[in-house]
Amino acid sequence: MRGRPASAMGLLRQVDAVARAAFPTSLTALLMVLAAVPVGLPGLVPAVALPCIVFWSVFRPAALPPLAVFGLGLLGDLLSFAPVGSGVLTLLVVVGLVTRWRRFLVKQSFLAVWLAYCGVALGAAALEWLLQVVLGWRVVPVAPGFYQALMSAGLYPGLAWIMSRIHEAMSRAESAP
Amino acid sequence: MIRLSIPLRQALSRLSLPVLIALAFGTMLLGKADALLAERARMALADALAPIWSILQQPVASVRGTVQEAEFLLSLRAENARLREENERLRRWQATALALEAENAVLQRQLRFMPEAAPAFQTVRVVADGGGIYARAVLLGIGPNHGVRKGQIALDERGLVGRVTEVGLRSARLLLATDMNSRIPVVLEGSRARAMMVGTNGARPRLQHWPEGSVPEEGERIVTSAEAAAFPAGLPVGIVRRSEGGAPEVELFARLDRLDVVRLFDYGLGGILPPEAVARPEPRPRR
Repeated sequence: MRGRPASAMGLLRQVDAVARAAFPTSLTALLMVLAAVPVGLPGLVPAVALPCIVFWSVFRPAALPPLAVFGLGLLGDLLSFAPVGSGVLTLLVVVGLVTRWRRFLVKQSFLAVWLAYCGVALGAAALEWLLQVVLGWRVVPVAPGFYQALMSAGLYPGLAWIMSRIHEAMSRAESAP
Repeated sequence: MIRLSIPLRQALSRLSLPVLIALAFGTMLLGKADALLAERARMALADALAPIWSILQQPVASVRGTVQEAEFLLSLRAENARLREENERLRRWQATALALEAENAVLQRQLRFMPEAAPAFQTVRVVADGGGIYARAVLLGIGPNHGVRKGQIALDERGLVGRVTEVGLRSARLLLATDMNSRIPVVLEGSRARAMMVGTNGARPRLQHWPEGSVPEEGERIVTSAEAAAFPAGLPVGIVRRSEGGAPEVELFARLDRLDVVRLFDYGLGGILPPEAVARPEPRPRR
């Protein structure tokens, strides 16, 4: 075997980098699958997906490419038996808007980001409701969407706290020589 | 990895979001045009995830059990008094039931009544929420050689839960009676009048289309009707309650908020399925 120790280190480092890059997407997917376990709260899957997606696209946009968002949206639609594509479009629009405001949002305090998130969650619920009405061609009540936005806004602080710990750890690992 | 020039890469990354948004519209159209494809994709995903959910079921159930235990401890005294009172009432009913059973046996003997065979059922576990916010459904984890078919009827230990609408290899989707798409023909037990129980996504489905002159009364028992060959007659559904607006609603016997296991009955019926279930119910295999 002719191997150079330096290249092995390089390989490890590459594996590490790939794992770091894939982590936000896989964590979000895992949380969505776990949220489908019935605990008596309907609509937990989209309510869990949105905080993760908004957080990562504000603080680590490189780790959440649009293609991954598309995949996560599709997963959510299939898991929650929503019309296929409605969650995909909602998440992509949210990511598009958030990346546009990201420079502004990154500098804000946690509370301000949370408030902005509440607005985004309401907008996303409204868009999803609209798509539900258009695709199903019948009027559905507004209350569940509103309730989902509230639940998602309530989940954000806890999820964001965990994810910001992870984000800091990842930044430390990246800045290490 | 293909090496691209920096401006080209920037242009590509700027383009990817609009292209993907267009693709999302395409997905929506595809899901609308080919509902069967979407259904298959859903059931394939549910099949793949069903083992994970089944494993998770154990800890979730134990946590829920602990919480419930704590609630029971808190309401021990009140619960005890309620049970004592209920026990008294049930004792009186037991006497009535025994008398009626004896009378029924005598009458059946006199009429040469042929009793119907008890329907076969299998007990399956609820593994995941299959609804989302605008639908009420659950996913069932079933074994590989399950014999579960579309259109089978699910009951919990108290009453009607819903119907199986989609069946995969290891999972099946059960549309609950509270879903917006659920329409269940029922009979008001007091007046024998027929009505429709229409799901609203809320906890209590509404009653509609009862015949003029037999308004559903508060507290009246509701059972299924054999209309349209979708349900066997006489399955317990719930009791009539008046909403604040005065509209009759059904308080279901089944506890849909805490479904752990359900019984799937095979009555061999092939009636109407909810609109989003595209395929017709499969016929029962001949034995």
